[in-house]
Amino acid sequence: MQRIINFVLRYRNAFLYAFFAFISLVMTIRSHSYHQSKFFNSSKWVTGSIYGTGSDVSSYFNLQEENHRLVEENQQLRKLLFNTPDDTITNSLDSTLVVYEVLSAKLIKNSFNSPRNYVTINKGKNDGVHQDMGVITTDGILGIVENVSNNFSTVQSVLNTKSNINAKIKGTEYFGSLIWDTKDYTVAQLIDIPRLVPLVVGDTIVTGGMSSIFPENVPVGVIKKYDLNASQSFYNIDVELFSDMANIKNVYLLENKDKQEIKELEAITIE
Amino acid sequence: MNNTIIINILRFVLLVLAQVLIFNNLNFLGFINPMVYVIFFYWYPIKANKALFMLIAFLLGLTIDIFSDTLALNALASVSIAYIRPAIMRFCFGVNFDFQNFSFKNTTKLQRITFMALVVLIHHLIFYTFEILSIAHILLILKKVFATGIVTLILCILFSSLFSPKTE
Repeated sequence: MQRIINFVLRYRNAFLYAFFAFISLVMTIRSHSYHQSKFFNSSKWVTGSIYGTGSDVSSYFNLQEENHRLVEENQQLRKLLFNTPDDTITNSLDSTLVVYEVLSAKLIKNSFNSPRNYVTINKGKNDGVHQDMGVITTDGILGIVENVSNNFSTVQSVLNTKSNINAKIKGTEYFGSLIWDTKDYTVAQLIDIPRLVPLVVGDTIVTGGMSSIFPENVPVGVIKKYDLNASQSFYNIDVELFSDMANIKNVYLLENKDKQEIKELEAITIE
Repeated sequence: MNNTIIINILRFVLLVLAQVLIFNNLNFLGFINPMVYVIFFYWYPIKANKALFMLIAFLLGLTIDIFSDTLALNALASVSIAYIRPAIMRFCFGVNFDFQNFSFKNTTKLQRITFMALVVLIHHLIFYTFEILSIAHILLILKKVFATGIVTLILCILFSSLFSPKTE
């Protein structure tokens, strides 16, 4: 017994190291396959407020560019508004008919270099944000809300090896999964599109209607290049993303009001 | 002694803030985000309690992980550096290191830079290996290690000459 205690005391630093290394290894390996940790993420109060303060300062540097972008978007929306028949507009204002609720938020931490990117936004539970809301930018999709604290949330970006979003080729009903191979932050991959689908470089990819997170036809990107996968029956498509992931400031959060109903129904069906 | 504790706490906080607010957003050449906080392991007192050093290294890494949502990658790399730091020092500074009155003052600049380079190299190697965790991506790992490592090293050398510690 004495010897065992002596042995442990002698190598106590090695044991301590093994202990710390074990904890961090478990966390690291968990982060490769499971959801982001509920307790340790940048949506929490301390991290969120520090990022918020940092972003308050740095947001002044690109105000002009951001304004320009917002005006351009307004212009597009105005165009849409003036070219839509009157009754559709009044109908869409009827709150019982609205399926997707839209919130706006500001990015306070961006990340696009690591294999598992998460961004942090400045809206949380108090503003009506909750898990699994879709997040889009002015140009295209960004990701899905993963963790929510009172005033901040973290978003799992499309640029995350765990991300898997339903997408399709615009104008058709052929859908596949949008994933990311970590190589280039401007390019994501669309897989599981069957071989018989006619493809052209430059075709637009939009979100599919199979998930209740994003509405159908939110722009994703354009086909950059495509080839057949190992089994020769499906395409691997490189999609150049519309959103410039390195330069995002204002984002929109989408909430599907029918989601609860859809989920309940699906749960019953599976049982 | 009290002074050392305060200085190290200050260093801890300032390095975390500098890392997460400035250096994590550099994106130099599109992918280089130097991990400047490793200079903490160069500045930390040499003859300190090793267990405490590992605990502090773990906390430093974990704090940065929480900020950058890379859970426990920085913690793993930092705690490993804390554990093997005496070995690296013995390798760089030779037998001098085992004397009681050893300090950075009686080492050459080349020795100090070698020491820093080794710390940065090992830290980045562990970080990127576990970040990607795939043999197929070994070239990507090496590219990231060397590109980021060189920038980190240059910044660390600049920092160490700017704020040379007096409490060694």
